[in-house]
Amino acid sequence: MTSDIAAILAIDGIATGAVYALVAIGTVLIFTVTRVIFIPFGDIAAFTALTLAALDAKRFPGTGALVVILACLATLIEIISLMRNGELRLLPRALLFYLVLPFAVVGAAWLTMRMDPPLAVRLVLALMLITPIAPLLDRIVFRPIADGTVLLLLTVSVALHFALVGLGLLFFGPEGVRTEPLTSFSTEFAGVLISGQTMLIVIAALVFSGFLYLFFDFTLVGKSLRATAVNRTGSRLMGIRPARAGTIAYLLGSLMAGVSGILIAPVNTVFYDSGFLIGLKAFVGAIVGGMTSYPGAAIGAVGVGILESFASFESSALKDVIVFSLLIPVLIWRSLASLHSEEEIEE
Amino acid sequence: MTRFHVQLAALAAVVGLVLAPFALSPFSITLMNYIGIYSLVAIGLALLTGVGGIVSFGQAAFVGVAAYATAWVSALNGYSPWLGLVFGVALTCGVAAILGVVTLRLQGHFLSLSTVAWGLAIGFLFGNVEGLGRFNGISSIPPISFGSFALVSSSQIYFLIWGIVAAVLFLGYNLLDSRLGRAMRALRGGNTLVESLGINAFRIKLVTFVIAAALASLSGWLYAHMSRFISPGPFDAGMGIEYLMMSMVGGAGSLLGGVVGAAVVTLLKNSVQDYLPLIAKGASGQLEIVAFSALFILFLQWARQGIVPFVARYLPKVRRERPQPAPPLPRRAQPAPGELLLKVEGAERRFGGLVAVNNVSFEVRAGEILAVIGPNGAGKSTMFNCLTGALRVNKGEIVFAGRPITRDAQSRIAKAGIARTFQHVKLRPRMSLLENVMLGTYARTGTGLFAGAFRLNQHEEASTRHEALMQLERVGLGDKPFELAGNLPLGNQRILEIARALAADPTLLVLDEPAAGLRRQEKLRLAELLQALRADNLTILIVEHDMEFVMSLVDRIVVLDFGSKLCEGAPAAIRSDERVQEAYLGGVA
Repeated sequence: MTSDIAAILAIDGIATGAVYALVAIGTVLIFTVTRVIFIPFGDIAAFTALTLAALDAKRFPGTGALVVILACLATLIEIISLMRNGELRLLPRALLFYLVLPFAVVGAAWLTMRMDPPLAVRLVLALMLITPIAPLLDRIVFRPIADGTVLLLLTVSVALHFALVGLGLLFFGPEGVRTEPLTSFSTEFAGVLISGQTMLIVIAALVFSGFLYLFFDFTLVGKSLRATAVNRTGSRLMGIRPARAGTIAYLLGSLMAGVSGILIAPVNTVFYDSGFLIGLKAFVGAIVGGMTSYPGAAIGAVGVGILESFASFESSALKDVIVFSLLIPVLIWRSLASLHSEEEIEE
Repeated sequence: MTRFHVQLAALAAVVGLVLAPFALSPFSITLMNYIGIYSLVAIGLALLTGVGGIVSFGQAAFVGVAAYATAWVSALNGYSPWLGLVFGVALTCGVAAILGVVTLRLQGHFLSLSTVAWGLAIGFLFGNVEGLGRFNGISSIPPISFGSFALVSSSQIYFLIWGIVAAVLFLGYNLLDSRLGRAMRALRGGNTLVESLGINAFRIKLVTFVIAAALASLSGWLYAHMSRFISPGPFDAGMGIEYLMMSMVGGAGSLLGGVVGAAVVTLLKNSVQDYLPLIAKGASGQLEIVAFSALFILFLQWARQGIVPFVARYLPKVRRERPQPAPPLPRRAQPAPGELLLKVEGAERRFGGLVAVNNVSFEVRAGEILAVIGPNGAGKSTMFNCLTGALRVNKGEIVFAGRPITRDAQSRIAKAGIARTFQHVKLRPRMSLLENVMLGTYARTGTGLFAGAFRLNQHEEASTRHEALMQLERVGLGDKPFELAGNLPLGNQRILEIARALAADPTLLVLDEPAAGLRRQEKLRLAELLQALRADNLTILIVEHDMEFVMSLVDRIVVLDFGSKLCEGAPAAIRSDERVQEAYLGGVA
């Protein structure tokens, strides 16, 4: 391997890693607030790419139908749970959040699309359509078992991923997509060509990490999210609603996953099931950060990207084997590094 | 319901299984074969996840390792499938042992995540290795044959598959009812509990992990020679979660639940495949996995317990007979009264900058009750943890019965003869009183894996049972030995913990705040029990907060304050000591 090739591989790896980093940060965000290891974030990223591709092709994306179905389900569940608790007075509010808002988003997207909008608007539309999915899934799937063990939540999360892959095939079809590059700009740095797309990816990752840092350290909502992460009961006593904190976390997380999906779509062909590997590799990165640290997760994810890039140069067939095998030493290191009290398993 | 009824039901099930192929259509028999093959993996998971509390997403990879191993031996190299069996099981167990040694020390969800990692890595390997046919798989795998009789049709291999399932269930239930099985069932109580019983938790986890992998490898061997063709698909991550689903649906923790779960999931999948096209034409393939995952999620949300435990609640309880007298278990040589038993010399333990225990020295002599007391934050619990090996001292030495135990692991200290109880009671709530106490005898007995599974050591088992009953009677809980421990009130749970500790035949009994949370009557009963134990020449060390409880009970008291030893002496002297009053009451005005 010459230094030229190494440099190209490294830049390629950093770009891929930056995409993983966005998803990884979302994963950490959800985990710290809700204790759910949300494997399906990769699927959210892939769905965003597929949504954008459909919009580019002037088709209304399947995401719309998915959001409508999920919104109806979530509303139904919310109504049942309100009736059980005798809190029907909260019904208008529930309808607003779980039915009207998602429908409004889909409706707005549908109307806008008829006007043949420019790329920037299409990007916004894709993000708008994708962001309700994770919060709705949270309401349907995770809220009823919010107090379960991390392991239970993880098992449910893995099952949810498989459901989403099936839905992805149903709503987006088996074809892979590759969208138009967002920019044709490119520059040369130390003799190596760097595309504008790569730069965009890295910049987006940096901006979002910085934004999250500011959000958590300097806003009250951010602080309440952190409090929920530390102690659900305690924060509830302080007037923070864990459910609301969870929704905010899911919204933010899916926004980041959406951005990563948009960024990766021009670089790699994305299929309905591409999300799994994106999600898992991001997740490897998140574990490097101990599932709690945002900079740690970002650094870990970039590391995974670089490793993958070099591994695929050595043996493209075995690159995934290498990446996942590497998770085990990382887990051991993390497990040794984190001193945590013994959690008795639920009987 | 007696044991006889249970045996009758088992016999009926076996007869039903033997007769089934003569009544069922060939398609149903094939379905039954798949159920049997999946059952083996699910039974393994019931042991690993349900009993041992280790959630594994990666069992499909083990099935694959064995399937590919036997295919490589028989289809690619032309040897007998039986050699494939040996090679497949050995290879799978070897891989599992290596993975287990590396990962089983991980905690909670880290461990489960590692199973995702190696499950995926091994899964990707199958499709990417040149010699294993890549994604095309390996075809023309020979059938299993006995001499010249080959198991070609599905009704022939049926008997082999279900014979193995029946044998595995039989051995599995035997194992769970043996010394090693009880240790496995204790794993969910956490490492501290398991180690305090003189059990090496890591070893038990490893054994459980390898057993589960061995069962998966049997399944893989049968699968390869039944379908005669393998490709990476059936061993991928999706199948891993399906196996987990089977064992959870059936009832994690129940071996029979593995079979029931495999049957329910397989039949459900089959009917979903039949009926979905009627609802949504052309989209059935996609909807299948959606419907399936949705059902699993609903199940996890609403019926986590699983089918078998749910049904079992409505069946009459199995009546069990009180253990019969049996030859006693060997006892330890007890030290002569007054002899030096435990010596703590200059113990120091720091947490960062905080010195929790600072240069503490004291001695315990055989036959006495010594209390370590002190106000909140005095370092009592830290001192206790250092004694039992849950923490290591940074400086100083602890000598027990003439042997330094300063650097020993918890289970070794327990084996040396120090038995403990817990401030926050650690019992196995779903095990009976008798079984909880039998856990205490682990270090005194020696039945291993095979002896347990094949019931070869019934003498020792009978002695263990009898010993446990005697200890229950000794503490006054002998009237209902088959009651579940979780049904006892707190006071009796504390006493049950003492019975469990006594079953280890300790030379030193250490009690961590035994009076905490007890009502007055319960405290009196506990004090009576401890006095009776002293009369039997047992040495007791109590770490306690409750002055009143300690004063009337113990021979000597060591007072700790802010990590250092304040004073030491008889209860009366301690009561009148000004320094103690100051520490407890915040100074005398």
